[in-house]
Amino acid sequence: MPTITLSKKELLREAGVKLSDERLKDRISMLGTDLEGIEGDAINVEIFPNRPDLLSQQGFGRAFAAFIGAKPGLRTYDVKKPTQNVIIEKSVASCRPFTACAVVKKLKMTDERLKEIIQVQEKLHVTFGRNRKRLAIGIYPCEQITFPITFKGMKPADIKFRPLEARGEMTAQQILAEHPKGKEYAHLLAGLDKYACFVDAKGNILSLTPIINSHLTGKITESTTEVFVECSGFDLRVLQECLAMVVAALAEMGGELHGLELQYPDKKIVTPDLRPRKMTVDGNYINKLLGLELKDDEFKKLFAKMGYGYEKNSVLIPAYRTDILHQADLAEDVAIAYGYEHVKETIPNVATPGQEAPLAVFETKLRLLLVGHGLLECKSYNLVGKETQTARMLLKADVVALASSVSEEYDTLRAWILPSLMETLQRNKRHEYPQRLFEIGRVFSKGDTETGVKEKERLAVVLCGEDADYTAIRQILDDLFAKLSITPEYEETAHASFIPGRAARVSVDKEDLAYIGELHPRALENFGLTMPAAAFELDLTTLFGLLKR
Amino acid sequence: MTDDVAKLAQGLSPLERKAAPHLQKSGTLSELAAAAGMQDVEAMRSLQWLEGKGCLTIKTEEQEALVVLERGQKAAKDGLPELHALKALKEQKTLTVAAIAAVLPAYDKQAVGAVVGILKKRDIPFVTIDGKPAFKWVDALKIPESGEQALLGKAAKAGWRLSVGAMTVEERRAATELAKRQGYATIEKRKEKNYTLTPLGEKVKVQATSGGVQRVIEKNTPEILKEELWKRTNFIFRPYNVTINVPRKTGGRAHFVNEAIDYIKRIWLDLGFEEMEGSHVQTAFWDLDSLFVPQDHPAREMQDTFYLKDPAKGKLPAALLKKVKAAHENGGDTGSLGWRYTFSDEEAAKNLLRTHTTVLSAQTLLKIKEGKCRIPGKYFSVSKVYRNEALDWKHLFEFHQVEGIVVDEHADLRHLKGYLREFFGKMGFPDVRIRPAHFPYTEPSAEVDVWDPRKKQWVELGGAGIFRPEVVKTILGKDVPVLAWGLGMERIIKEYYGFEDLRDLYRNDLEQLKTVKAWLR
Repeated sequence: MPTITLSKKELLREAGVKLSDERLKDRISMLGTDLEGIEGDAINVEIFPNRPDLLSQQGFGRAFAAFIGAKPGLRTYDVKKPTQNVIIEKSVASCRPFTACAVVKKLKMTDERLKEIIQVQEKLHVTFGRNRKRLAIGIYPCEQITFPITFKGMKPADIKFRPLEARGEMTAQQILAEHPKGKEYAHLLAGLDKYACFVDAKGNILSLTPIINSHLTGKITESTTEVFVECSGFDLRVLQECLAMVVAALAEMGGELHGLELQYPDKKIVTPDLRPRKMTVDGNYINKLLGLELKDDEFKKLFAKMGYGYEKNSVLIPAYRTDILHQADLAEDVAIAYGYEHVKETIPNVATPGQEAPLAVFETKLRLLLVGHGLLECKSYNLVGKETQTARMLLKADVVALASSVSEEYDTLRAWILPSLMETLQRNKRHEYPQRLFEIGRVFSKGDTETGVKEKERLAVVLCGEDADYTAIRQILDDLFAKLSITPEYEETAHASFIPGRAARVSVDKEDLAYIGELHPRALENFGLTMPAAAFELDLTTLFGLLKR
Repeated sequence: MTDDVAKLAQGLSPLERKAAPHLQKSGTLSELAAAAGMQDVEAMRSLQWLEGKGCLTIKTEEQEALVVLERGQKAAKDGLPELHALKALKEQKTLTVAAIAAVLPAYDKQAVGAVVGILKKRDIPFVTIDGKPAFKWVDALKIPESGEQALLGKAAKAGWRLSVGAMTVEERRAATELAKRQGYATIEKRKEKNYTLTPLGEKVKVQATSGGVQRVIEKNTPEILKEELWKRTNFIFRPYNVTINVPRKTGGRAHFVNEAIDYIKRIWLDLGFEEMEGSHVQTAFWDLDSLFVPQDHPAREMQDTFYLKDPAKGKLPAALLKKVKAAHENGGDTGSLGWRYTFSDEEAAKNLLRTHTTVLSAQTLLKIKEGKCRIPGKYFSVSKVYRNEALDWKHLFEFHQVEGIVVDEHADLRHLKGYLREFFGKMGFPDVRIRPAHFPYTEPSAEVDVWDPRKKQWVELGGAGIFRPEVVKTILGKDVPVLAWGLGMERIIKEYYGFEDLRDLYRNDLEQLKTVKAWLR
């Protein structure tokens, strides 16, 4: 989740209140953002991904002022009729087909404001824009631009301008290969034969989207008073929403919003559109979901605290609130305005029978029997290294492999538990012997299921010490079977992990349930052990199935 | 005799009992060890135990001791060589120096020379006979009492070691002489333990050694029981010092995290919740899409989720897929706008390790629709989930989630708070709060915080909310309130064990498994 830094002074000035840090912290948390801390004037807040409109000092300030009751209700933004155009050429359809644009005038830039504008642009790029993959935002000083502006797809060879933070002109190819932003985002243009650019009436390139602006026409400074704003990407609705967030923040800085006529090959539209949209709400639905009994005037007050307009069963939603998909979303905002802390706690009297999963009950019983044998239970990860599962146990086997893992040691789902216990023995060589361990857990193999992976619960027991032999391990398994009133069949088998002639396959009703044997010295050596060991591994899922029959 | 004395005397350990008859009013450790035939360590232990019982006091002093060496030990038995020479002189009246060597065949020239020196010193007349030097016997002479011989005799009985401090003036002189003689004895300086019996100790000694009236049973044995020896009046079980520590022994044991899991499960079972089970490997469809997580949600990226390489794709339930797809693209029949993008079946089919057990809750909704589960119903699970994160002190890539849902026409936000308070109260966190948050599948959504009184701050322990209609109506077929929570179990229980590092829960260190405290909530 993105973190933004807010000015405490600015926030409280906007809200027109004085609050102690404690109270401020509490209010910020209860507004639905994750407060990281306050240091001096800087408030660091994590913004949940559903509220990109809060990713600016202005957006956050607006919501906060309404929430604490200082400036409640819907804020409206006046957008002047368009006097200028942006032409969208067909050629852009194959690279970045859509844009939504606006002009903002009468801005008074300061150093802080410049930083705020850069912050909102960057934060929206990362979150709402999915690292510019979904959309990118450009802001340009109008002073350097001659309208109309054209948005068009250009051949890389024809693109040449001086990008921001560069000494001189660069070709598109050079930008992608050498410029820091070019290198960072080049993958977004991979495979395209044309790149989308904004070009003004004089033929000056404003930017190569979504990479970098021109130094000449794309750098705003403290002396800038008018800006051209564009959001470009693949979904016009999403671009309009993003543009609304950006220009509303600029309007909060005192800017005057002007529409632009966008001339698409097949249609003409005017952006930005900051008109609120209407959604019907059912007060009963909200009351029932929240366990409240709010009346109409209370709804009006609570919606106002969250920046909405409200008229009987109808809510006016600001254009920058992109997260309202269903009236359930409005119910949440009512709950936030009401205060989660004020909702009473109760447990209803609904009789439902408690029921533990039968296999889990069975495992608990086995656990008791094993503890009775003086065994210590271990608990290992299901993610393991492939080598440990196979080669170190002298086996070759097909495993369920992960596509990507942060740690290479853990790139496989375990097919059996014994190797995990062997690793535990290896790590505990300094402790006293005998070491008598067991583990109950899940194992994974390929099989005919919905995912192609078959999962089973297994039990592994290992004895390690001078007396750890076939008899000793067999006594434990025999005792388990005896307690379950099952008579298993033992059959000598060849299993690479065990000493030849000292390994058996255990079955009941021709159903294989377990392997048992003395560990092969080479396997012991692979785990650095110089103490004999004997083990079995039992399939509990199948065993439990047999017992239920 | 007071009862105390009798009780003490009966309670003597075998070593103390062995030492008792040989205790003097005061004495040294080595004397006791020699007299009682014990090793020094055994004698020391018995003295320390007796001191602990107030029977004696022990002091450590630097002491001189005469230690008799090989020649001295031989002389103690056979007599000092000068005595042999004197005897021969008395019989033969004269004895040349050369003849002395014949009298003492076992001694070398040097030793014989020493004897000559001694005899001279004792003023035995030394004359010249036939030009050879010789000793002459005069009847007035007597074979003198040898203090050295006597001392050797005493030393023989005391294990060849005598405390110089305890000797008479004459004995000390003799000891000095002996020490001068090569190979006979040396005087060692060393730290010696001295003990002095207390008045109580003297009484205990008397009691313990008074004629063996009672036989003390050290270890109870089948023989004692079979022969019913314990019924005889003169037999007594030695009382132990039951307050002393004994060597550690540990038994078999369930993993301590499983003890905690059992407790957590019990809480939900007692509240009437049914346990949910399911696969750890799931399709993205079930884990994410069915829960209305948009397909371009950042959490779905490789670095956050474990996708499977092989098998990489699973099968999807066709009918439900269609409905979920519609919910994402346009809200379907849920009254929602939906996320409004083009849903990819390909993306949905990817296999992954479940990122939350909320996937089990989604599958339970389908089971309710299919009539395999009840409504109203309450369901829980405490099982593993996976996140593609590097292992460090506050992150595990594999951990347990405490999941719960309440599916009930009449459920509301108050009940969600109620269940969470009930659970956390039983987990030892009486102060719980929920605050607004965001999850794609709940609305309202909440973070669950508990108050940490030690750190004096709220600690985030999980997420909760009420499932969105896009989830419930799509899977279940009707919009019923479903309260839901997913809490990080390891973070909840680590406090109890005093762990800062989450990895300590799964170290599989046998010493830790044996000794970590039991779950006692």
